[in-house]
Amino acid sequence: MNPSNQTTPSDNPNFVDIDNVDFAYGKRPILKGISLKVPKGKVVAIMGGSGCGKTTLLQLIGGQLRPASGRVSVNGQDLAKLERDALYAMRRKMGMLFQFGALFTDMTVFDNIAFQLREHSDLPDEMIRDLVLMKLNAVGLRGTASLFPSELSGGMARRVALARAVALDPELIMYDEPFAGLDPISLAVVGKTIRRLNDALGATSIVVTHDIMESLLIVDYLYFISEGRIVGHGTPDEIRASTEPYIKQFVHADLDGPVPFHYPAKNYADDLEIVLPAKNGHELQAAS
Amino acid sequence: MIRALQNLGARGIETVWRLGAMGRFFVLILTHSSMSFRRLSLTIREIYFSGVMSLVIIMVSGLFVGMVLGLQGYETLQKYGAEETMGVLVALSLVRELGPVVAGLLFASRAGSAITAEIGLMKATEQLKAMDMMAVDPIARVVAPRFWAGVVSLPLLAVMFSAAGIFGGYIVAVAYVGTDPGVFWSNMQAAVDFRYDIWNGIIKSIAFGFAVSIIATYEGFNAVSTAEGVSRATTRTVVTSALTILAIDLVLTAFMLRGA
Repeated sequence: MNPSNQTTPSDNPNFVDIDNVDFAYGKRPILKGISLKVPKGKVVAIMGGSGCGKTTLLQLIGGQLRPASGRVSVNGQDLAKLERDALYAMRRKMGMLFQFGALFTDMTVFDNIAFQLREHSDLPDEMIRDLVLMKLNAVGLRGTASLFPSELSGGMARRVALARAVALDPELIMYDEPFAGLDPISLAVVGKTIRRLNDALGATSIVVTHDIMESLLIVDYLYFISEGRIVGHGTPDEIRASTEPYIKQFVHADLDGPVPFHYPAKNYADDLEIVLPAKNGHELQAAS
Repeated sequence: MIRALQNLGARGIETVWRLGAMGRFFVLILTHSSMSFRRLSLTIREIYFSGVMSLVIIMVSGLFVGMVLGLQGYETLQKYGAEETMGVLVALSLVRELGPVVAGLLFASRAGSAITAEIGLMKATEQLKAMDMMAVDPIARVVAPRFWAGVVSLPLLAVMFSAAGIFGGYIVAVAYVGTDPGVFWSNMQAAVDFRYDIWNGIIKSIAFGFAVSIIATYEGFNAVSTAEGVSRATTRTVVTSALTILAIDLVLTAFMLRGA
């Protein structure tokens, strides 16, 4: 699954390396033996249905969660071995776009973008102003600098959050469901911006999403997760051509396939407490 | 019967657990407080929201409480021909007890609940998580300035409450009852001791400030990230703060009276 015009993770040194990671919330397992690599400079999508553990994976890469077993390393450093200060130093090189933006609601758009610059640098106000306006211009929202997040539409808020995520020119940018709830125009704008920012900054990007069509247009490589395991991966061309049942179902949005529509439950007839008529005329009691 | 005992035990364990968690949270705030003092503007901004914005409710309540004290005091004191000691009654009641306690209860309702709701909503909307991902510690940046703002604001508000209350008592005594103003103030001056009355009242309000601030920030920071969770946390802040203020008041009063 390696067309010559695409790069696979194995070709490059990896910026993120996840090796055989298990994670559970209490007794509920979320990730089971996940291994994946994100090469430097690439945009990699992690896809899967809702609740499959995609966001958990991002939190593990950001060091906000620790794996029960296995190893998560970023830029060659094992996150589990980092002290708090070292972890914070590492996070200054990361940017993260949260699913719902997570903009600071008591600050203007300008102050949201300037937040990290003010916290982590001694830059003069004039320079911070120029940098903020440049970031806002990159997402096409320079005119919103004085507005509050509550005055923005969902798509605009997502783009402001995007500008904030790259305020410090991070080496790794993580996007948690950047396309969720966007209209087609905003979706295309956000998708193109993700690609453009990654290439302009020379960064590495991880996009957690379930929007397959947009992902196929902008990413270099895709991983598919289902029930806590990697069930498929490949370049966009490989994914389009794949005959793997899970990938096929996901790409073509088929109802039938390995991904069940129903959450595991007991027998439907049992749940409704009904008696099914048997074909030979006798009533058949629902199996208990 | 056994179930009732089990419930009682479970509640007891939960209370002890929460006390322990709050103790740990308090230590965490103390160890992350340097930013609150290094960047005073952060703390001053919170003092404005917690303290200055509470000034109106505190002053108006103080005025009314003082006037009611004056009226009630007059009703009783006149039976013994001691109306001229009304100033003493009003002042001692306010600076020793009502000032710190009622100001503390009002502060918990107005500012404490606001702090809990604000931090809780920041948590629910992932703003705290985002801050943490930006390598900015939410305890140092969000919690500690609000905590210290509460600690500073409440004693000042309690003093303002007592001052407004004494003025309310003065209005009733002088304008309504007709007491001589000189007698009102001189009796008060003679009876109120700075060390045992005013200072003890301030110590109480400082203790209440610590208690309300810890409870408000803890409940907000540990709120369940849903609308219902934030609402429950806000209610818990007001209820727990009120009970804690009254309990601390009892203990401190017992010590202070014995000390006098």
